[in-house]
Amino acid sequence: MNNLSTGKANLEIFSSTLMRLAENDPDILVVTSDSRGSGKLTSFGEKYPNQIVEVGIAEQNLVGISAGLAASGKKVFAVSPACFLTSRALEQIKNDVAYSDQPVKIIGISAGVSYGSLGSTHHSLHDFAVLQAINNIDVIAPADNFETAATIEAAVNYPKPIYIRFGKKPVPDLNSNSSKFEIGKAIQITPEQPQYDVAFIATGETVAQAYMACVALKDKGISSCVLSMHSIKPFDDNAVEHAARKSKVMITVEEHSVNGGLGCHIASHLMRTGVFIPMQIVGIPDEHTITGDQLEIFQHYGLDNEGLTRTALDLLSKRSVT
Amino acid sequence: MKNNSQDKIRMLEKKSILYRRMILKMVVTANVGHTGGSLSCVDILNVLYNHIMDITPANFHEINRDHYIHSKGHSVEALYAVLAERGFYELSELDFVEKFGSKFIGHPSKIVPGVEQNTGALGHGLSVAAGMAIAAKMDGRNNRIFTIMGDGELTEGSIWEACACASHYHLDNLVAAIDRNYLQISGKTEDVMEMEPLEEKFSAFGFTIQHVDGHSIQDLIKVFDGLPFEKGKPNLVIAHTVKGKGISYIENKIDWHHHVPSEEEYRQAILELDEAEEILEKPCVHEYE
Repeated sequence: MNNLSTGKANLEIFSSTLMRLAENDPDILVVTSDSRGSGKLTSFGEKYPNQIVEVGIAEQNLVGISAGLAASGKKVFAVSPACFLTSRALEQIKNDVAYSDQPVKIIGISAGVSYGSLGSTHHSLHDFAVLQAINNIDVIAPADNFETAATIEAAVNYPKPIYIRFGKKPVPDLNSNSSKFEIGKAIQITPEQPQYDVAFIATGETVAQAYMACVALKDKGISSCVLSMHSIKPFDDNAVEHAARKSKVMITVEEHSVNGGLGCHIASHLMRTGVFIPMQIVGIPDEHTITGDQLEIFQHYGLDNEGLTRTALDLLSKRSVT
Repeated sequence: MKNNSQDKIRMLEKKSILYRRMILKMVVTANVGHTGGSLSCVDILNVLYNHIMDITPANFHEINRDHYIHSKGHSVEALYAVLAERGFYELSELDFVEKFGSKFIGHPSKIVPGVEQNTGALGHGLSVAAGMAIAAKMDGRNNRIFTIMGDGELTEGSIWEACACASHYHLDNLVAAIDRNYLQISGKTEDVMEMEPLEEKFSAFGFTIQHVDGHSIQDLIKVFDGLPFEKGKPNLVIAHTVKGKGISYIENKIDWHHHVPSEEEYRQAILELDEAEEILEKPCVHEYE
């Protein structure tokens, strides 16, 4: 298994990838709600002043304007903090974009608890849940710089609405040069083995924590696999089912409410397909989120590598008792 | 030069009567619908589609034509009537409005030929239209983007976000019309939420504004022919209308927001429209001049 090397923030990769793509594609537009700085798009605006539209702090208008631009043939990246974009402008996402089939790329920056101690107003722990329930919009949470760049490249000419969320902190590189990215296909970032003690199914910036837990467990003689479930919708049910059939226990990990996100989808799918496996859904519980930075919140709720390691050992011990 | 002759005005006035017949038939056939609002805005739609806007079934898939977003999406029967008569689909298809499995949903949907954007939730159309207007400016196109909003709709905050944006980007290719009938589902607009003085509000947001009798074909033509009203400013037409216009017992009645006529009421409505048409058939004074 690879040692983790430190990458950049996915936000930085989003910005640099878009800068590169916009060079040869004048139809690429960025629409911001006073969020060009937060979105690392100041350089984009300076280099392509005719390809950025500022709407002020007005998320509903941000999405409506983006729908109108997309209807006119533009390749629109609507960029705003995920917390505001997917709550305040949810009706515009549902009607103006998804229902109206306008292929806007909704970019939720500083997602999950990236804003940490700024509090629940600035957290987006509901976006997977609400957007999964809306027809005709795909939902992506890249884990690392590779997946972020690949997502943005795929999104430019993506024929349907898509929501992409990522955080603001640097993330380790998890994927290797041989990794292949395809929307709707999970990436197993650990080597394939015949069987595992633990299957970690994680998404976004929790994948790195799951990977570190996997390394820690290996030192204890416990085998595990880690799947990066970058596509929340469309969802790679087959990959999860495959991992479940080869594992003793499963742990899902998400920087999202435990209600209505990755874990709920997987539990539902496995029950319906008759694959029964001891399972824990690790995410943010249904309570007022504790104050702290992203890692402190992860640690408090067991989304960090140590917490995930403990959860794995606990699940395995309960399994051996029963 | 557009032909604003009396003949053209009379031709459009006859179309307005036809559209009212179609709206009522649709509502009665579907046994559901927004009768009052559709009768209120249909004359504006008539003038836009038959005189002002360059939108036809033949050019619908071209970008460099005019565009229309029906922001007051509940008044869909008016839009369906005009689009049918303009040849976007067969008139007979309107027998299926709001029927099980029909593409003619109770609010505009792009699966209906001629509809550009799905609307129905209020306060959305102006932003989408503004986005289209920005794109047209970016690409150096001289087409125009139109939308009609209801007056009850104006209390949606998103409208005012869009207003600021339209002014900021000098969208003189954006044309918003307000169907100002002073009624909404639960009462008089000014009782539900006072929004007057409308002109001052929109003016403060940077719009250039014209008032018009929203049922006078002649006046509507005159006002819309004057577009753009002022270089660099988004255009607003405050069309003063009567909810339920054209049918005596529906006019200005709050209950008719989405009431469906009974058989007897439908018969009476058709008689009233027949009478209105007969009056139009009589020669105008100028024809003897």
